[in-house]
Amino acid sequence: MDINNLIYPVIAIGGMGLIFGVVLGYANKKFHVPVDPKIPLVRAALPSANCGACGYPGCDAYAAAVVQCDTTLNLCTVGGSSVAEEIGEIMGVSVESDSPQVAFVKCKGTCSVAKEKYVYDGIMDCRQAIIAPGGGPKACSDGCMGFASCVRACEFNALHIIDGVAVVYKDNCVACGACVTICPKDLIEMVPASQEVLIECNSKSKGKSVKDNCSVGCIGCTMCVKVCPEDAIVMVNNLAVIDFEKCTHCGACAAKCPTKAISKPLKDRANISETATNKE
Amino acid sequence: MGLFSIFISSFLVNNYVLAKFLGICSFLGVSKKTETAKGMGLAVIFVMILSSLMTSIVYKILVLLHVTFLSTLAFVLVIASLVQFVEMVVKKTQPALHKALGIFLPLITTNCAVLGMALINLQEGYTIMDGLANALGAGLGFMLAIVLLSGLRERMEDNDNMPLALKGLPISLVTAGLMSIAFLGFSGLGGL
Repeated sequence: MDINNLIYPVIAIGGMGLIFGVVLGYANKKFHVPVDPKIPLVRAALPSANCGACGYPGCDAYAAAVVQCDTTLNLCTVGGSSVAEEIGEIMGVSVESDSPQVAFVKCKGTCSVAKEKYVYDGIMDCRQAIIAPGGGPKACSDGCMGFASCVRACEFNALHIIDGVAVVYKDNCVACGACVTICPKDLIEMVPASQEVLIECNSKSKGKSVKDNCSVGCIGCTMCVKVCPEDAIVMVNNLAVIDFEKCTHCGACAAKCPTKAISKPLKDRANISETATNKE
Repeated sequence: MGLFSIFISSFLVNNYVLAKFLGICSFLGVSKKTETAKGMGLAVIFVMILSSLMTSIVYKILVLLHVTFLSTLAFVLVIASLVQFVEMVVKKTQPALHKALGIFLPLITTNCAVLGMALINLQEGYTIMDGLANALGAGLGFMLAIVLLSGLRERMEDNDNMPLALKGLPISLVTAGLMSIAFLGFSGLGGL
């Protein structure tokens, strides 16, 4: 075998690699763009989830925006207040941290309590099912259909479909808001993680039709509004809405609610989903 | 074949994106805004012309060493280094363009249109001048296709009547397919 057959390819490719390497190395020095030394520091403090909850395309972009003072420091919901403080230290400013938030599904119409209009046999995705007649198979047109679009949207394994309704597993939720965006029925909202009493219904229909479709829906009876000692509940479109600022978690409304649409779900449901996750 | 017919061939008749289906990734990825599409097109033209020149020279060296079977590997190396170099220059001189192109500038490294152009130069036995005409045509053809698509996509963004299932990438793929069929109309032009 001719030894040249081995040597020439090595010389050709190796030589090219060497030349290009030297040229690129020189160019790197010559065309060096100085970056703010704080950017890599801030970037290191961020949790690298790249979820986009801050409104920037990834952690890199957010770090750059923070250092250029384009934005506030506490937008990273994944890292929460500890990361905000860390960034504040790097930037040399103090941060007032927001109370942590958590996603919440405003529906408890599980298979046993909520009726279905028809058997849906299409693509198993909420955004597809909603274009079916009546906005999906569920009798209540505001309720959770349980086709798990939000479960697939969640990168943190914080959502599960339990008995036909999406449930947020509080400990995993980082409040990135991906599920809020994807839900075609606008069922998911961000609530303070400390909030214990919540209205687990999204139905804007009148009491009669709510009752026909689901036994745990808000029928708009206004009993909770009357019983609340802090005046923290108001009726909007036949649906009770809690003002989280005023609510003292006394639980008077939950005790009074005839359909049990008001409850302390974040606590209870988290336990349910914990057992469900363990089963998987 | 004259320089002009080589140019027209790669520009319109055998458009690299719409007839040869090379460089589809960046074609779809950077065609959301006309501004970025223009920048991407210019970057591709620049890289194509430079790499056409460089690959012709490198090929001559490979012939000297009797290692022409390494041409694909060598071309990849040349193109990757060139793109790196271009990125550094753009970052220094045009920060706004660099920001707009984002990840897609390094992705020209793996843009098969550039490597395809170099390999077609080789396959057709083009001289350096022929190769440059081919590269210019290919780059301009890429820019034409991507700017046309970005204009269409910008308009489709504002269309509220579009079914949800078609929004975004699906309708863009359909549009690109229709553009490709439209470019089929150039086939046979001047016997190319």
